Amino acid sequence: MAENLLIGAISTGTLATGTLATGTEATPPSEHGGGFPPFQKETFGSQLLWLAIFFVALYLIASKLALPRVGSIIADRRKRISSDLDEAARIKDAADAAIARYEKALADARARAQAIAAKTRDEVNAEAEARRRAVEASLQAKLNAAEQAIAATQTAAMANVQGIAQEAAIAIVARLTGKAPSQAAAAAAVKAVMER
Amino acid sequence: MGDPIRQFQIIDYFSLGKIGPVNLAFTNSALYMAIAVALTAALMLGATAGRQLVPGRLQSIAELAYEFVADTIRNTIGESGMRFFPLVFSLFMFILISNVVGLIPYNFTVASHLIVTVALALLVFFTVLVYGFWKNGVRFLNLFVPKGIPVYILPAIVLIEVFSFFVRPVSHSVRLFANMLAGHITLKVFAGFVTMLGAFGFAGWLGAIIPLLMTVALTALELLVAVLQAYVFAILTCIYLNDAVHPGH
Repeated sequence: MAENLLIGAISTGTLATGTLATGTEATPPSEHGGGFPPFQKETFGSQLLWLAIFFVALYLIASKLALPRVGSIIADRRKRISSDLDEAARIKDAADAAIARYEKALADARARAQAIAAKTRDEVNAEAEARRRAVEASLQAKLNAAEQAIAATQTAAMANVQGIAQEAAIAIVARLTGKAPSQAAAAAAVKAVMER
Repeated sequence: MGDPIRQFQIIDYFSLGKIGPVNLAFTNSALYMAIAVALTAALMLGATAGRQLVPGRLQSIAELAYEFVADTIRNTIGESGMRFFPLVFSLFMFILISNVVGLIPYNFTVASHLIVTVALALLVFFTVLVYGFWKNGVRFLNLFVPKGIPVYILPAIVLIEVFSFFVRPVSHSVRLFANMLAGHITLKVFAGFVTMLGAFGFAGWLGAIIPLLMTVALTALELLVAVLQAYVFAILTCIYLNDAVHPGH
């Protein structure tokens, strides 16, 4: 048996037909006679008949039912996916536009805020400047007045000093000489000393 | 003890009578063809009955099969090849499902019979021939005259091209048939070693481990071969059909 098996494995063709088919168990009556089964010509008719019947059946099932159905399922899915993608793109565009509008509004508001702030700042600055000028002016006026008052006081004081010095000079001269000089001479003398 | 050839035996379930000398019967081969058609129909129609936008597992498989065959045709023939979509799809699914079902122990493999693969290969061959002449007329013969070949060797080249064209159905059919036949025989031989060694007691049991592992590994390999050969048959069909659609190349 082992030899037969080996021979069968090696020789699939003519050798196997004789040695093997005869060496095995008795074949049931429905089986065909000896010989290598693929080369038993009496089975060809049945095989071709049923191959034709079943292959034509398969071809009709495939071409009329199965392939159109699967094809339409795949086409529907493609269509659905592409329409969903289009919808997504459309919504994205809308979102982008909304974002652009928002950005623009934000920029506008910011610009307006900056304008308002600048205007306010300018106004406040101008007002402050004006107030500063007014204060400065009034201070200057007060300063001037004060300076004038000081000058007047100084002049008056100097005049007083001159009078006192004149009288003192008259008194000194009267005490020293026993003879009082005239007012005019005293005044001239004092003036000459003070201008030195 | 199984004989590795027994699995290919055609068994008549009931006879339909004779036409002349030809005996017609419903056989195990016919049963497994019916199973392949029924499973394909169940997958492509049953699983897609819900027409779900988000497919379930089976619907995904059906869509995968559809897209796979459609892409194969588009890549080899182009959009104009889609008129052959039902043909290529039927061939691919018929061979794929019958091969995979045949891999289950005790099942029959339809493509392990040369007459079946020859019939399918001739179907493709004559489709190419008829469609090629119908669509291109005499220009279809350009297929046998490659461009840019020096005139003095052209007759030899044409002869080779014609010969290779007519040999196509042979290689197309024998490739599938031989792969399925050899794979199943090898599997059966190694599986046979397991039972044979098992009869020798404990030592035999130990010895049977190696052929058992081989059987497991070969089953995986044969699954690959079953799927691959269905794909090879389909893509060769596309390449041959491409000659009918664009004979200029």
